Amino acid sequence: MLDNSLSDEATRQFQICNSCRYCEGYCDVFPQLFSLPEMSAAQATHLANLCHNCRGCYYACQYAPPHEFDLNLPAVLAELRQDTWERHALPQALARVFHAHGVAVAAALIAGFALLFFAMAALRPEAGEGFYAYLSHNAMVLIFAPAFVLPLLGLALSLRSYWREIGGGWVTWADLKRMGGSVARMKNLSGGAGQGCNFEQGARYSNARRHAHQATLWGFLMCFAATSVATLMHYGLGWEAPYPFWSPPKLLGVPGGILLCLGTGALAWLKLRADRDLGAARVWGGEMAFVVLLFTVSATGLALYAATGTGAVPALLAIHLGAVLAFFVLTPYTKMVHGFYRVAALLKRG
Amino acid sequence: MSQYDVVVIGGGNAALCAAIEAAETGADVIILESAPKHMRGGNSRHTRNFRCMHQGPLSVLTGTYDETEYYDDLLLVTKGQTDPDLARLAIRESESCLPWMERHGVIFQGSLSGTLSLDRTNAFFLGGGKALVNAYYACAEDLGVTIRYNAEVRHVDLSEGRFTAAILTDGTRIEGRAAVLASGGFQADLDWLTRAWGPEAANFLIRGTPYNRGVVLRDVLDQGAVSVGDPTQCHCVAIDGRAPKFDGGIVTRLDCVPYALVVNRDGARFYDEGEDVWPKRYAIWGRLVARQPDQIAYAITDQKAQGLFMPPVFAPVKADTIEGVAQLLGLSGDSLRQTVAEYNAACRDGTFTPGVLDGLATDGLDPPKTNWARPLDTPPYYGYMLRPGVTFTYLGLKVTERAQVQGAHGLLPNVWAAGEIMAGSILGQGYLAGFGMTIGTVFGRIAGQEAAAYVG
Repeated sequence: MLDNSLSDEATRQFQICNSCRYCEGYCDVFPQLFSLPEMSAAQATHLANLCHNCRGCYYACQYAPPHEFDLNLPAVLAELRQDTWERHALPQALARVFHAHGVAVAAALIAGFALLFFAMAALRPEAGEGFYAYLSHNAMVLIFAPAFVLPLLGLALSLRSYWREIGGGWVTWADLKRMGGSVARMKNLSGGAGQGCNFEQGARYSNARRHAHQATLWGFLMCFAATSVATLMHYGLGWEAPYPFWSPPKLLGVPGGILLCLGTGALAWLKLRADRDLGAARVWGGEMAFVVLLFTVSATGLALYAATGTGAVPALLAIHLGAVLAFFVLTPYTKMVHGFYRVAALLKRG
Repeated sequence: MSQYDVVVIGGGNAALCAAIEAAETGADVIILESAPKHMRGGNSRHTRNFRCMHQGPLSVLTGTYDETEYYDDLLLVTKGQTDPDLARLAIRESESCLPWMERHGVIFQGSLSGTLSLDRTNAFFLGGGKALVNAYYACAEDLGVTIRYNAEVRHVDLSEGRFTAAILTDGTRIEGRAAVLASGGFQADLDWLTRAWGPEAANFLIRGTPYNRGVVLRDVLDQGAVSVGDPTQCHCVAIDGRAPKFDGGIVTRLDCVPYALVVNRDGARFYDEGEDVWPKRYAIWGRLVARQPDQIAYAITDQKAQGLFMPPVFAPVKADTIEGVAQLLGLSGDSLRQTVAEYNAACRDGTFTPGVLDGLATDGLDPPKTNWARPLDTPPYYGYMLRPGVTFTYLGLKVTERAQVQGAHGLLPNVWAAGEIMAGSILGQGYLAGFGMTIGTVFGRIAGQEAAAYVG
């Protein structure tokens, strides 16, 4: 069910924005808002997912609380986004638990560790090189293929349902180009003039969050590419792991892992300094746990590589793979979905 | 007890420009802002642009806007009630102010949607006036300026013929070697407004900050400072009658009048709604409504007018009949129906063209509607409430070209004034969009430089 009180509140605030328009230059939300002949719940949902929570409009707002108009657009749009993600998730109950509760994410992480320790103990191969000495390639595929494919399948169904709700049509090449350019530069966190957004320093602009997010995004994509390339090399070229440093998987994975580590570390640090009431305050714990989970994935991956040839490898391998497993399985139910919904929102023509 | 080089009284644009200029010379500066931190910035937090002279493209401004054209625009709205020397100074200095503003953190954007007519003359602040105020406070903090919020000055000590200290409402005495008075007008003091205007003023809405109560202005005038500007006058526009008493700002404007029929409490029309395009008429409608019983008026449109003006922040009442609208507005259905019938009968055929004077006038109606007169005949009908909204008052301190305040016995040697508190020196009546920020920036900077030179 769509939470009507949220979209009604967003619509109330949008109406005030529409009569003011001072914030037109900050991001994509306002020009799209001002071009709408009439606001609907579906449009409010779309604009909420387009909002990157840069908070520029809040700090510039002459009607921010305690003004009686009580405008806090970043917060109400964050709540509405959150509602979108939980409403379209399959099943919704899992999304409600993991989005909101960091403890649940931590429990999933521990379950991931446990499963991997157990698998490595139970399925210890007789022979194998590198990591495969501790867990065979087939065992890894057996665990990770469904853990990767099933959540993505569920997410795809959720996105389809979202796309229909907001009335998204066919996507053109121009839409893809616009979206790609926006994501690559994180345009909607630029503040409109490159001065950045308002996050850890309140009313002062800063690019720290934008850069931390870019490091996280690019780091994640490089790590993902490293795994994809390795899969292709394994099945296509018969070139099996372990790979040397001067090989595509390592050249993508090592800098990617470092970027991801730095990016998520910075995001967590910034998040501690920002005002929680300008986001979806009820899911702060879940959001923070997700950032820490991504950090754990990257940090343990780097530690594992650094430990090559030492006795720490089996334990680190279990911990790293456990974290990766938890991350994959939780993808449709954590902040990870924001990227997919955001891309959809950017693809929709205003 | 504290001692500063420069005491800046006020916390809006003019005060901040003065504080920044003075602090940049190394002076020890304090800002006394009467509002709490979240309400800082006076009326500047409601502004959106800066009217700027430029001899060619400058930042976001296109084309050229020279001194002559700017001054002519000003004369047109003030009907000649302006000090030519100070006005020309403000205009000339505005050009160098824009880059100065950018260097101190202000970010400009092109004109907002719906304000294309200003894209050559006015540079808009990204995020509006509060973003500008935030940028200046950050800049002042970085320069080491002491900032006191909730610091309302009750008295300015001029007893020795010069400034010695500002005394806060809690009795704290802030001593300084020089003072910049930049604490705005008195429009938020309804008692003062009522004394000046008459009892009707009690029904006026105040568009800006509730903190501009004119305490410092009154105190300094009581000590013999020379005043300028008509004390009975204020800039007063017609705004949405449901706006909050204070601080409603830009969103309470109501742009429907040219496409509407406007009646008073008794359901009678009282002025030509179509006299001119709205940007040239909204300022007189505040006075027109103020003269009506209970200081209230109602604008009625039909379906045809929807989408012709900026969306109002409060949804209008809506009904399928004129009587229905009257009922929702608390008006007599009979009078309104009769007024509409007379108006409709006076409308004639012709081409309706929104936004330009189309000459589509009523025939034989008093008062006439001389443009955009189309019959109200397409339901649903919409009703809007109008009240006078005060933007600022004209009474101010008389200053020199160097922003120095004129005392009872000549110039006060160490007191300067900037912003709304002295804008009456330049604006005798009327208003030009973005000119208040020009006056505040130009004279704020001058006041800061002069005060710093005096103490330095």
